[in-house]
Amino acid sequence: MEAFDILLQSTFWVAAIRIASPLIFATMGELICERAGVLNLGIEGIMVAGAFSGWFTVYSGGDLWTGVLVAALTGAAFGLLHSTLTVPLGLSQHVVGIGVTLLATSLTYFTYRLALPEVTSPPKIEPFQPLPIRFLSDIPIIGPALFAQTPLTYLAYFTVAIVGWALYRTPLGLAVRAAGENPSAVEAQGISVAAIRMGAVMVGSALMAVGGAFLTMSAFNSFFFEMVNGRGWICIALVVFGSWRPGKALLGAILFAAFDAYQIRLQQISGGIVPYQVFLMLPYILSILALILVARRATYPKSLMIPYQKGER
Amino acid sequence: MRLEPKPAPSLTATLAYPVGALVVTFFIASLLVLAAGANPLSVFGLVLKGAAGSQFALVETLTRATPLIFTGLAVAVAFRARLWNIGAEAQLYAGAVMTVVLGTGALPLPAPILLPLIAISAALAGALMLLGPAILKTRFGVDEVVTTLLLNFVMILFVSMLLEGVLKDPMGLGWPKSQSLIAEARLPRIIGNRRLHYGFVLAIACAVAVWIIMKKTALGYEMRAVGHNAEAARFAGMKVNTILIKTALLSGGLAALAGFSEVAGLKGNLTLDLSPGFGYTGIVVAMLAMLNPLGVVIAAIFVAGIFVGADAMSRSAGVPSYIANVMVATALLTMVTAIMLTRFRVRWR
Repeated sequence: MEAFDILLQSTFWVAAIRIASPLIFATMGELICERAGVLNLGIEGIMVAGAFSGWFTVYSGGDLWTGVLVAALTGAAFGLLHSTLTVPLGLSQHVVGIGVTLLATSLTYFTYRLALPEVTSPPKIEPFQPLPIRFLSDIPIIGPALFAQTPLTYLAYFTVAIVGWALYRTPLGLAVRAAGENPSAVEAQGISVAAIRMGAVMVGSALMAVGGAFLTMSAFNSFFFEMVNGRGWICIALVVFGSWRPGKALLGAILFAAFDAYQIRLQQISGGIVPYQVFLMLPYILSILALILVARRATYPKSLMIPYQKGER
Repeated sequence: MRLEPKPAPSLTATLAYPVGALVVTFFIASLLVLAAGANPLSVFGLVLKGAAGSQFALVETLTRATPLIFTGLAVAVAFRARLWNIGAEAQLYAGAVMTVVLGTGALPLPAPILLPLIAISAALAGALMLLGPAILKTRFGVDEVVTTLLLNFVMILFVSMLLEGVLKDPMGLGWPKSQSLIAEARLPRIIGNRRLHYGFVLAIACAVAVWIIMKKTALGYEMRAVGHNAEAARFAGMKVNTILIKTALLSGGLAALAGFSEVAGLKGNLTLDLSPGFGYTGIVVAMLAMLNPLGVVIAAIFVAGIFVGADAMSRSAGVPSYIANVMVATALLTMVTAIMLTRFRVRWR
């Protein structure tokens, strides 16, 4: 009974949306990359770099939105590195992605140690505060959950809308989708596949970094090592689960986050009978189960992970 | 721009590009050293001295290289068949757990029987760890990259649970660690009291064995064929899925031996910080070695040298030791680029 009551608490749904927000940014980022035909395994490291660069900008005296911008630019820079190696040079997207994750993570840790050599506890910043939207936030349960969040969460909703609109309603979106399905058709239109793919990876990486920045600038107020903790890999699973569609991926992210918020509360009322590690494992196991569930009918973008060379048929 | 395959890569290019990759890596590292306010030449001098400047340093480097040879071999074997095993970290811990389960007194056997028994069991544990993702790939078409990555997180939580539960050392004073291995379950040391142990010899033996499997056996030929073109291999009558499963078992087993060797040879017990990312670094090692099993040994010693040297350097020069991680990641990216450039000509048009 107690376990069911949780679902009716508005604090539970507020937490669920808060947990979902960074995942929404990063999932949209990965989705854009993959729709253009590039698997971006740099996601985990790019989120780490975004989390640090955004937080550090604010810590050094910048305002919060400047921090978000710096995070996005950091992400785009790693996206440029990733796409230069994988698109025109056609290197293995697996190897380059892991390389970018290792590089972004280690550069971040190096910079952190260099900038803050002797700190015992990580310094705090004044993060984004909740900004309730009038009237909407008064709706029971879902009002506070959806409309009493920080501005960065509203930006996450907005991102999904923009990505959905751009992918399906604009010529650019058509070109991005075609680059992931049938790149020679894009080339036949006189559009450069390389430019589309590199642009998609840079924009996607910028979103991943903003997802990371959400952790340090909205969910928490400081930067810890290993705070991203596999969220990037979970987002890759969410893209597959959402069958490469922004709306479905959003739903997947919220469903996932609700489950995550639920297990935290279940853990509190379970009273230590079940080891806490079991609960912490659940999000990762859930992601694997979700992948198995959709694997049979997953329709990967046809040219995902296949490098394209101009003039090739 | 276009890429055109070179008919036959010249010897100069085969040597020049990888050397160029290392030059670029050191150049980028120099910029970071300058950012830290130190002199690159003296810092790299200290790294070299810390990695190979004395017998102590050299032995330390070889000790650190040991787990990297195992994980590097695990990745090299898997990647050769295009099985993207990014889960060497989890398989390493599977091997370590098995070592502790069998080696803390459960089996009162003499060392010559006990040690091989533990090693084989550990390898089996790691093989099973990768069997799951491999079956999901071959039967259900689930991408193994994501499943192996996610299992790394599941495994470390599982180990944490064991160390606070059934495997907990009652004398551990709250710090999560397992009981220590009995003397019969320890790998002996090679040079007197130095930390280098027979896990290193086992690693070299595995490298030679893997080299023989890859070059001289039907399985090795099939693995390479599947990696080169799975469709063509299927067309030629090869059982691609069976080959992938065999590859997974071999790869997972090798990664698990890293866990066995670290626990039985070096640490003597299991803690949560047994591996500072040996599984992930194994990917770098394998790529630097161009997936050649014997090259893995050299690449592992090189990478270990950077880590050991940077540790020693950071104590005296004040440059954060994370510079080693940056250098290793940079080396991975520059090296894959260099290998590509030896095989293709870039045409700007």
